[in-house]
Amino acid sequence: MSLYEVIRFALRGLSANKLRSALTMLGILIGVAAVILLVAVGNGSAKAISDRIEALGTNTITVMSTGRGGSSSTALTVPIADALVDPALAPDVASVSPVVTASSSTMTYEGTEHSVSSFVGTTPSWFAASNTPVGTGSAFTADDEAQGRRVVVIGQTVSEELFPGVDPIDKQVTVGGALFTVVGVLSEKSSTGFQDANDTAVAPLSAVREVLTGYGALNSILVEAKSPDRVDAVQSEVATILNQRLKVSATSTGSGNTGTSSTPYRIQNASQLLATQTETADTFTTLLGAVAAISLLVGGIGITNIMLVTVTERTREIGIRKALGAPRRVILTQFLIEATLLSVLGGALGVAAALIGSSFEIVGVKPVIVPSSIGLALGVSIAIGLFFGGLPASRAARLRPIDALRYE
Amino acid sequence: MTPHPVLDVRDLTKVYGTGEATVHALAGVSMTVDRGDYVAIMGSSGSGKSTLMNILGALDIPTAGSYHLDGVDVSKLADRQLALARNRLIGFIFQAFNLIPRTTAVANVELPLAYAGVKAKERRRRAMAALEVVGLADRARHEPNQLSGGQQQRVAVARALVTEPALLLADEPTGNLDSHSTADVLEVFDQLSASGRTIVLITHEPEVGDRAKRLIRLVDGRIVEDVRQSAVDQLPVGAASGRHTARASMPGWAQHESV
Repeated sequence: MSLYEVIRFALRGLSANKLRSALTMLGILIGVAAVILLVAVGNGSAKAISDRIEALGTNTITVMSTGRGGSSSTALTVPIADALVDPALAPDVASVSPVVTASSSTMTYEGTEHSVSSFVGTTPSWFAASNTPVGTGSAFTADDEAQGRRVVVIGQTVSEELFPGVDPIDKQVTVGGALFTVVGVLSEKSSTGFQDANDTAVAPLSAVREVLTGYGALNSILVEAKSPDRVDAVQSEVATILNQRLKVSATSTGSGNTGTSSTPYRIQNASQLLATQTETADTFTTLLGAVAAISLLVGGIGITNIMLVTVTERTREIGIRKALGAPRRVILTQFLIEATLLSVLGGALGVAAALIGSSFEIVGVKPVIVPSSIGLALGVSIAIGLFFGGLPASRAARLRPIDALRYE
Repeated sequence: MTPHPVLDVRDLTKVYGTGEATVHALAGVSMTVDRGDYVAIMGSSGSGKSTLMNILGALDIPTAGSYHLDGVDVSKLADRQLALARNRLIGFIFQAFNLIPRTTAVANVELPLAYAGVKAKERRRRAMAALEVVGLADRARHEPNQLSGGQQQRVAVARALVTEPALLLADEPTGNLDSHSTADVLEVFDQLSASGRTIVLITHEPEVGDRAKRLIRLVDGRIVEDVRQSAVDQLPVGAASGRHTARASMPGWAQHESV
């Protein structure tokens, strides 16, 4: 007897009990959908938190000179910064921005003076790396930097002080006796700590060195990692290159020792924030995983119950089929296919329901589907359906026909 | 005639329970049934006739004794071969009809053919032919709960004979039926007997037993009486001309032509 025939028997068996089949599928549907959606909500809120932390710029590290004596052999220079862009030794580095900072430089526009607390000279990659987007106008370009053009992007505070009610773009300001053209205004940035993060101006590194700071050592180097979880790798890669370039003996340094007096540089990163993020995400995963497991368990007991009842109730039918000459294998296959169809169809509908549900915002969180949760929920419900559909069916199929027929 | 009888049991015993509660349902039954015979087994309740029937139908296994069905030693068969034997050698008719619920009459009749691996088209043709024999071709699309008891039992008879089995077994086929339906079903049995089928049925109704060619009485698990009422090759009175189709070749089983 062909498999096709057995499948037809199974379909007939299911359609003979439409309501029960539908309810079984509904149980599986709800179980699967609940698990997938719960995990998606947990994942979504973890992602929202991580997004908020990432907005603070967690995928960067800052290399600073400890600046003892300013000896040229230990100073951070542009060649050292360039050396950090090395796909072989530092594969996780996304960008490197050398930074010079002139503190308290006075900016003048049409007689109005403003002391900019932090005048930064850097390369265009700094805007992205430091998570400092330009609000209006544009950032300066790599070409501006190479040509040493005197252009400047100013912070919100500077803009309000010097250009009240005026569009600052293309206006000329005087800084340190040189004329700079304003090309853009930075977006409002939330200030952390006592310093006003918006009281700043950013200009090409070459121009700032020429006009304000001179060609001395860099203040710091901002290194951007390719992703937040590669920051530690970047830190050790950067440390290795710096140790090499600055001729620090390997024994006196380790990759993680930031600020140790034996090194001429210091590396700051946001690893603490990252650790917090990981901890939060882990807590969420554990919490929702537990809730999901419970709901899957309850759903599983429901499936088990219905499967047991279905097969037990049909023991007599199994007896009739055996009396008519059905081999054990055919009976078992029929019931296994029935159980599979119920759990696979119910599971698939559950996945569909979860996918539809995840497009809505749930308790203020946009759910993000975790693919493995789909596999897990489907796998568990199908396994339960098969096991608890197959077990009583195989027990009934093994009975002597007369015992199955007498079963009440 | 074939060299061996359709049915041959020797010293069949069946014991239920152990220790104090032991019940000897069968206490050594020996009998042979030849091809074309129509045997009625009678006995009161508890005489062991149902137990004997279940063993003959390969639905139950005896405690001791041998059982040869169409020359095959059934007691030595494994589960798979037993399923084959039930499917090809035996047509079983139950007192409680035992049709599959919510399944049409024709689908019920097709069921044994499906398990025998007959193709759908051929199956439908043979099922309809079998329903024709029991006079229910016009009710093929009805489900069991839309049929009367007599009609259900005739569907069950059609299901039992559709595989052209060597032996038709009926366990009190008229036990749940009124006199009119009983007459209908018995008429079908007469016809089948006339067409050469071997039939063994059990009953406690004398009018059913009287129509058989041979009557066996069972008391306390023993045969106490074995009467031949008419010759094996004699057609029952009033039976229509028999319907006969040659049995398809079945690998593994001896091929026989009916008488």
